[in-house]
This record gives sequence, structure tokens and C-alpha cells, in this order.
Amino acid sequence: MTQPPKASAKQKDVSKDSSMLKQKEMIAGHYRRLSTAGEDGRKVAATFVPGNLNELIMCFDLLNNLPEVNAIQSGLRKESGRYVMEAEKLGHSEDVCTYVKNDLGMIARGNVGPYGLQLPDPDVLLLSYTGCFTFMKWFELLREQYDCETIMMHTPYTGDGKITQNMRDYMVKQLKEEVIPKLERVSGVKFDIDRLREYLKESARAEDDLVWVLQSAKNKPSPIDAYFGGIYYIGPIFGAFRGTKEATEYYGALRAEVQDRLDAHQGPVTPDGEMDGEKYRLVVEGPPNYTSFRDFWKMFYEEGAVVVASSYTKVGGVYDFGFRHDPDNPLETLADYCLGVYTNRSLPQRVEMLASYVNDYQADGLLVNSIKSCNSFSAGQLLIMREVEKRTGKPAAFIESDLVDPRYFSPANIKNRLESYFQMIEQKRAGKHVEAGHVEAGAAA
Amino acid sequence: MTRTTAEIVGHCQSLFEDLNFTAARAWKDAVPGRKVIGYMPIYVPRELIHAAGALPLGILGGGDQLEVIHGDAYYQSYICRIPRSTIELGVTGRLDFVDGMLFPSICDVIRNLSGMWKLMFPGVYAKYFDVPQNYRDDIGGSYYVGELKDLRDDLGELTGRPITDDALRASIAAYNDNRRLVRDLYALRIERPWQVPAPEVYLVLRAGMVLPVDEHSRLIRDYMESVEGEDRPMRDNCRIVVTGMFCEQPPLNLIKSLELAGCYVVDDDWLLVTRWLLDDVPIEGDPLENLAAAFLHHSENTAAKYEPNSAEKGKYLVEMVRRASAEGVIFAAPSFCDPALLERPMLQHVLTEAGVPYIAFKYAENSGQMQPIREQAGTFADSIKLWSEA
Ligand code: SF4
Ligand code: SF4
Repeated sequence: MTQPPKASAKQKDVSKDSSMLKQKEMIAGHYRRLSTAGEDGRKVAATFVPGNLNELIMCFDLLNNLPEVNAIQSGLRKESGRYVMEAEKLGHSEDVCTYVKNDLGMIARGNVGPYGLQLPDPDVLLLSYTGCFTFMKWFELLREQYDCETIMMHTPYTGDGKITQNMRDYMVKQLKEEVIPKLERVSGVKFDIDRLREYLKESARAEDDLVWVLQSAKNKPSPIDAYFGGIYYIGPIFGAFRGTKEATEYYGALRAEVQDRLDAHQGPVTPDGEMDGEKYRLVVEGPPNYTSFRDFWKMFYEEGAVVVASSYTKVGGVYDFGFRHDPDNPLETLADYCLGVYTNRSLPQRVEMLASYVNDYQADGLLVNSIKSCNSFSAGQLLIMREVEKRTGKPAAFIESDLVDPRYFSPANIKNRLESYFQMIEQKRAGKHVEAGHVEAGAAA
Repeated sequence: MTRTTAEIVGHCQSLFEDLNFTAARAWKDAVPGRKVIGYMPIYVPRELIHAAGALPLGILGGGDQLEVIHGDAYYQSYICRIPRSTIELGVTGRLDFVDGMLFPSICDVIRNLSGMWKLMFPGVYAKYFDVPQNYRDDIGGSYYVGELKDLRDDLGELTGRPITDDALRASIAAYNDNRRLVRDLYALRIERPWQVPAPEVYLVLRAGMVLPVDEHSRLIRDYMESVEGEDRPMRDNCRIVVTGMFCEQPPLNLIKSLELAGCYVVDDDWLLVTRWLLDDVPIEGDPLENLAAAFLHHSENTAAKYEPNSAEKGKYLVEMVRRASAEGVIFAAPSFCDPALLERPMLQHVLTEAGVPYIAFKYAENSGQMQPIREQAGTFADSIKLWSEA
């Protein structure tokens, strides 16, 4: 085997990280606003990431609080384990989504969110229910806690791989007849469609730049890591900032940075500095593990593996196949956005998408990180893996972990699997016969 | 000649055990060109399939008799059993006579299974059948009518027999009749649970998954008539409602164990498709509109449905308990079943408030060991009895 490339020890140029610093400030600012919402007389909508209606929420001067993002932050800060246990003590099953349990456990312990700031009680639960049944139950559970107005915006699943007019009409009607009137009532702000159009215009700008950044990974070497790094890139647009000028500026700055990296033929920035010597290019399917995020990432960059495309960076919206928020059709575009997010796509669509990533990004293969508590992603992933292998001729591998439950992250097991996978890629490159085609991990815990 | 209870139940049992679906195959072979449309739990409008001249066939996993060999290669260990045994049924050719499969909107697993089916059996019509979670006629209703229209067109094309309104009305009537009989059967069990034991009720309902509707209706009638003549002793059992079993089916032994442990099951959520619509669907007027209205306003409550009114959340379970004069509730959920397990704490809160005792456990369709469940249910039954005597 060739020498593993290493992340160079040289410290990152501060200017190169300006987008990162900007994002940190944006997110910290958002949490500060949330924590002082009560004093400032601001109302808060809790909503989910996939299919979030941020532009619409802003039309009513509401602040957006995303329980999934809180769960991710708890995971990164290693607080999620105790929250999950707390929820289980309260009677929630060990089998269900750990995001939900993180959220409920955190609430039970006083609802102190990331940055140590108190999270506000929501004034409205906007259940923009896209792609996952758990969301529906999660918001019913939250409604039990808060007893506030709950708005259900049902997004039909695109089981046949297409958005039909019937689906779109249904969504638009829900927006007009249910979502908007209720948001008006809760916020006391009258809906202004032109305001919505302005936000949508802003969204489309940021979306252009995000797509450009994600697609920069088609270059060799890839200037970005589109999974571990990608998670940072999607923060503002999937969270509370889509439609704001701040987001547009952020993505503009990010694009410029990535352009610089491209010009300099640089690899991605990792927590240990810059990664030189890209050895393996991977496509990753499935969410990451957050409780051991850095260790997990390290297992990749230490081996010279760069993720060039991932499905997870599409959960809050699939933009790379052409969709942009369209200010000329404001409500229809919100409908299409919700209908098109990754987890609302049929399994054959997911296969197609991943196979096209393997081909278009000249990847060495597909890696699936299967999440124990997320059926939305996980049920069917073994077939996805086989289909993508069949269509691309590239080997696939399979590892297992959990989102925010530290009990299900087994570093030795995952590392072993990854090493076997990289060997398999080497063999494949050398033209050797690859037995069975894929690597599967046993239970990670 | 009228059949005895033992004969009827024996017939149901053999249908239940037949993983090759011989009866449905025979139905199909009897007339050239007949089609069979499979569906999974919990609700699809079987009236449409029937009106197209096809047989709706309930596919409910493999139970405890099917050895899952291939299916395990498709699912990680932390996913429930029913999709893997359903895949097993598919890859072993047991469903090779099925012309189409409907996957109702129940959870993320079934949703993804619909796409797996499309990829694995590309020659077979496969559809995820979505239902509205918005219950306004002008919103969810018109969406649902649109979905029903699509399904009607698809099925008409598949069978070569476009579905007319009149054919659909006739099918609605047939299913109204069937649902009425199921309700009667449930009412009889509430009245005299010792006379209609839970395992028998389950088997009689289960036969409706594979038989044509009229034949099933006759079977329920015959069964109710035959049990009247049975001399069955009333035991000192407590009366319970079981809930959470709406998708992956419990092993028959589990249901038997509950009774052996001293519990009469007086209501349950088994095979909800047989009584999803709570009232008769009107025959007059537009049949699709009628089906939609019935779904929106008169359908069963379960974890796969959104409850828009927080004050109503879980109340149906308390009503179920009251209606059946039950003394407690057993939550039995398949392992890894998101809808049942996420719903459970909310239902438990409602029961606590209403002062209804409960216990909870998990099962899998292939659970073999019934001892722990029997012990738990037995202890529960004893505590209820003690409590009621106190
Ligand atoms: S998509 Fe997965 S992680 Fe997200 S809420 Fe649903 S089950 Fe949980
Ligand atoms: S048992 Fe539960 S999780 Fe499994 S398919 Fe059925 S509803 Fe879904």
C-alpha cells in the first residue's frame, strides 16, 4: 500500500476560514435571538429541516427553532447520551429515533439548548411533514408538552418518483387555507406575498452558490469534503437562514473560498488542517454520527478518503438537479420544494441519484452509513447498495452507527470495515476480482 | 349443510397457514384473465380492486412458520420483521401470481418497501397508496379523490376492465355488508367473550385477507351462527383491549397465550382494513366522494394517522375501553415499530388520566417464547382482579 496521505500540520489560513467564522456567528446569533425571544416579544415556530418553510415563517416575523438541529448540536457537544437516556426513563422506547428522544430528554431537563442558552417554548408547531413519519409523531409529542397551535402540512410521498398535479394542488391548498391563515393568527402579522417573493429570490441566489460549492467536488482533487465538510455548508440554508441576505453573503463567501482552493489545487480542510493527497473518492448515503463526529471524520481523512457527494446534504432540499425556489410561483415552489427533498423521494429515485453521483463525481464507490434509529433512511439501504453497485460497477460498503446515541458508535468495528473497503477499492483498481462485491458490517454496538 | 365451529375455524386456520396462497391461486385460475392485487396493512380501498373484478389479497408478512433466508439480506437487524418476510414471500415465488401490490401509507418502512418492490419485481404493478393527513373535504378530501381516481384508472388498465361508478357502488355495498358483519362479530365478543375466543376471531378476520368478500361475509355469518350452539364455559378472566398490533402480525400463539393467562380480549386493532371505515359508506351519489368522506370523517384511529385535535388525542382508546367494558389495556407492539412505539407514551398518558391500567411489551411475528408474555399478562390479569375486588 502507498503511504497514507496526511492532513498537513500547517495551520489554516484565517482568511480561508472566514465563511466558517461567519457561519458560527450567524448560528450563535440565532440561538441568542431564540433565547431572548420572550423578552423581545418575538414569537417562535418550531419546525423541521426537510421541507422547512423558512421563507414563509419569516413573512410572519417568526423565529425558527429546529429540534433536529438542537439534537445535532447536543450530539456534537456529547450531551445527547444523557438526554436519550432521560427520554427512555420517561417511557420512550429504545427502538425509536434518537433525535426525538434527545429533544424530549432535553426538554425534560429544562430545555437548555446549545451554547447553554435557554430555548423558548414555541408559539406554534409547524409540522411541515416531509419524508418521515416520525416527524408526525414527534410533533404530536411536542404538542402534548406545549399545548400550542400545531399546523400540519402534509407532504405526500413521491412513491412513483414524480410530483403530480394532484399532490401539488393539495399542498398549495394546505398553504392557502391552513398554514397561512394559522400563521397569521398566531403571529398577528398579515401575509404579504411580495415579501415572500423577495425571500424566495434570495433563496435561489444562495442555492446557486451552494450547488456550485457542492459540485466543486467533481474536480480532482476535490477542494471540499461533501459529507463531513458539507454538513457545515448546509447549516445556514437548511436551517434558519434560507431566504436571508446573510445566507446569500455566506454562500458567496464560501464559493470564493472554494474557488481559491480549486485554483490552488488544494484538498478539503479537515479539523486537523488541510488534507493533501486524495486517495479515495467516496459517495456516502445516510446521516452521519454526531456523537463521535470528529473521530468518524478522522477515519476518512487519515486514509486519504474524501467524500465527493452525499445524500445527507440533500435532506433539506435537492438543488443539484435544477430545482430552485421560484419567486414567480411562490406557493407552488414551496410545494415542489417539500415534495422534492431527499427523504421524500422513492427508493428507485434515491438509487438513481446515488448512482449518478458515483459516475458524475468519478467516485470509487458508495458507502452507506446506516442509522440504527432512522427507518426513513435505513429501511432499504442494503438494496440501494446492491443496485448502485450493479449500475456503476463500483464496490459499495456498509457501516452502522446512530445519530446521537453514543451507545451505538463502535469505532473499532467501523474502522475495520472502512479499512477493508479501502482495500477492496485498491483491488478493484488493480483489476483484481472482488469477491461478493461489498463489505457489510455487523451490528455496530 | 351448516358447518360446525370447529370446521369453520379449521378452514380459517388452514387458510392462515397456507403461505402459498392456494385459495387465491385457485380463484385466479378458475377464470382466465382474473387478476389478484396484493396489499399490506393497514388500509387500502379494497372496493376499487373488487370493482375492477380483481381479488384483493392481504399480504401480512410470513408469520412464525416462514423461515426467512433471503429476506434477512435485505434488512438490518434493527428493522421490524414484516418487510423482510414479505420480501421472502416475494423472492421465493410465493407471490408470483400476484399482478399488483399496494403499499399503504403506514410508516417509513412500508414506504421504502414500495420502492424496493418496484426495483425487485419490475414486471409487477406496485404503488404506494398515500392518504391525506388533512381531514377537510375541500383539501384532504379532494386530494384523496384524486388519488382514488388514479388508482381506479390504474386498476382498470391492469384488469382490462375500467371501473364504472355502478360497479364501484356494488363493491361498496359488498364491503359495507362485510364491515357490518365484522362489527357484529366484535359486538358479540364484547357481550360474551368466552363464546367467541380471540384466536378464533383473529382467524375468522384473517380469512378475509384471502377470500373474496362475499365468501368471507358468509363465513362470518356461519361462524356467528355456529358459536351460538357451542356450550363454552365462562371463565374468571379479566377483560382487556390489546393495541399496537395493526401491522406486523402477532403469532397466533401470542393471542392464545393472552387468553391462557386469564385475559379475554374484548377489543383490538387487528387487521384494521376490515373495519377501517366505521360506518356504512353511502351508495347514492359519487362513489369516490363517498369513499373519501368516509375516510376523512368516519375512519379508525391509529398511530399512522395524524390527530389534529390535541384534546382528542388517544380518546378513542378510552372509548374503546368503555364500550367494551374492558378493565385494562395491553400495549403490544412489534419490535422496532416506530408508529406503535412513538404513539404509545401518548396513549399511556391518556389512559393514566382516565384511570385505566395497562402493561406493555414487544413481540415479533416469529417470537417463539411465549412464557414471558404469558407471565406478564397473567400478573396483569391478577392485579386487575385483585384491584376490582378491593
Ligand atoms: S428522518 Fe430519521 S432521523 Fe430524521 S426524524 Fe425521521 S427517523 Fe428521525
Ligand atoms: S411493524 Fe411498524 S415499523 Fe414495521 S412496517 Fe409495520 S408499521 Fe412499519
